[in-house]
Amino acid sequence: MIISELKPWSEILSYLKDEGKIFLVGCKGCAEACHTGGEAEVLEMKRRLEQEGKIITGFSIIDLLCDKALVKMRLTPHQIEVKAADSLLIMSCGIGVQAVSALINKVTHPACNTINMGGTQGEWRGDERCQQCGDCILDLTGGICPLSVCPKGLLNGPCGGSKNGRCEVEPEVRECGWHLIYERLKKLGRLDKMKAIPPLKDYSKMQPPKQLRNTTLWSLER
Amino acid sequence: MSLRQSLKSGKFVITAEIGPPKGVDVNDLLNNAELLRGRVDAVNVTDQQSSIMRLGSLASCALLKERGLEPIVQMTCRDRNRIALQSDLLSAQALGMENILCLTGDYVTLGDHPQAKPVFDLDSVSLLQAARQLEQGHDLAGKELKGSPHFFLGASVTPGAEPIEPQLIKMEKKVKAGAQFFQTQAIFEPRKFEQFMQQAENFNVPVLVGIIVLKSANMARFMNKNIGGVYVPETTIEELDKAQDKTKKGIEIAVRLISEMKSMCQGIHIMAIGLEAKVPALIDAAGL
Repeated sequence: MIISELKPWSEILSYLKDEGKIFLVGCKGCAEACHTGGEAEVLEMKRRLEQEGKIITGFSIIDLLCDKALVKMRLTPHQIEVKAADSLLIMSCGIGVQAVSALINKVTHPACNTINMGGTQGEWRGDERCQQCGDCILDLTGGICPLSVCPKGLLNGPCGGSKNGRCEVEPEVRECGWHLIYERLKKLGRLDKMKAIPPLKDYSKMQPPKQLRNTTLWSLER
Repeated sequence: MSLRQSLKSGKFVITAEIGPPKGVDVNDLLNNAELLRGRVDAVNVTDQQSSIMRLGSLASCALLKERGLEPIVQMTCRDRNRIALQSDLLSAQALGMENILCLTGDYVTLGDHPQAKPVFDLDSVSLLQAARQLEQGHDLAGKELKGSPHFFLGASVTPGAEPIEPQLIKMEKKVKAGAQFFQTQAIFEPRKFEQFMQQAENFNVPVLVGIIVLKSANMARFMNKNIGGVYVPETTIEELDKAQDKTKKGIEIAVRLISEMKSMCQGIHIMAIGLEAKVPALIDAAGL
């Protein structure tokens, strides 16, 4: 089980500032259990965004978003709605955002922050990883997590060790994560996002929150 | 003259780097620095280059400063978190030094302590931001400083990277974060450097082109295989291969690169890597 919480409303709106048509994606797994990406939350998001003047081209709540095969299968009937959207808002953990981003050639935005559970995983079967950092920046990075794909966890672009798209650490098996991010953003026509300097990372959020350690869930997952 | 003044005066600036010893015998370090006295505008001391544990850049630079040289402290984010980095920035200033080259740093497994815990709490861009914030009288936590420092901040860029656009994007971020000068990774292709500078000129920040003195064809091949963004063309490698005196040829190649690239930028940064004693001869031969 992965814990997620909705990002502040102002942050979500800031992602969608220049976009009028949005497709919503929820998840029937952990995000439904956390009340961040189940049907009720997706419909509520639709209502609130419509109130803000956005057009919701469609929505899909997928079981489960961390399984890329399912994501592809479930989104296929929504092709026209997805195509009509400027971007997709993903209401799930970081893995779900990355899985959708890997499949759909559209800008994606995370609606949630993923809270640290001390390393537990969801139903994930793909190669996406979420470090549960508590402050998702996938919006800026084309839906590829720099904390996961760059051994240095760099937030501002590639280091000097990037060579022909490979990483200086084990180049024979590792791609440069920032090269992947660059290629994705370029393809999406959003290199402006790479120019933004994100706020300093708050690494204290990478510890499981104190109140979580008191829960039944924590005991079950331990 | 300080590096800040040298660059402001519009003169063609020369910097050179030296590596500190593994141990406390600083004789070679000081001798190498003496060779550069009066010949270069500032001397960089590397921060445990290639992740190999050595005497620190900060202490080495303080020794140079004591002897009246103009040091550039290199600071990487590999080994220290934001607390230690801010503290070292304050320490540098307290020891009378203002030039800081802000770098991300190589990964730990490339060096001689591959078991070490990598830090990378900040990166080159956020280290520049941290230095700027200290100058404004506050630390990264927003706490007020008693006496704020004043830095001359440098950064690096890799003009030979393929593709070049991610490097230019990051360079722009470094300028926005506070970089006042750039020392580049070595480049052996003047045409490529020219194309890079056509873009980089827009940032209006002085660029010192990186020059590595090649010692052998094998060194060039090693760099092509292992060093990010560095490419020595095959023709240059052949030239070295054929030469009787490899050192002489290496210097000849460096002189040629300098003469071809000096009109494109504001200075050069020489990385002699073991050939420090030859730097004055290189500067003479380049007619600088």
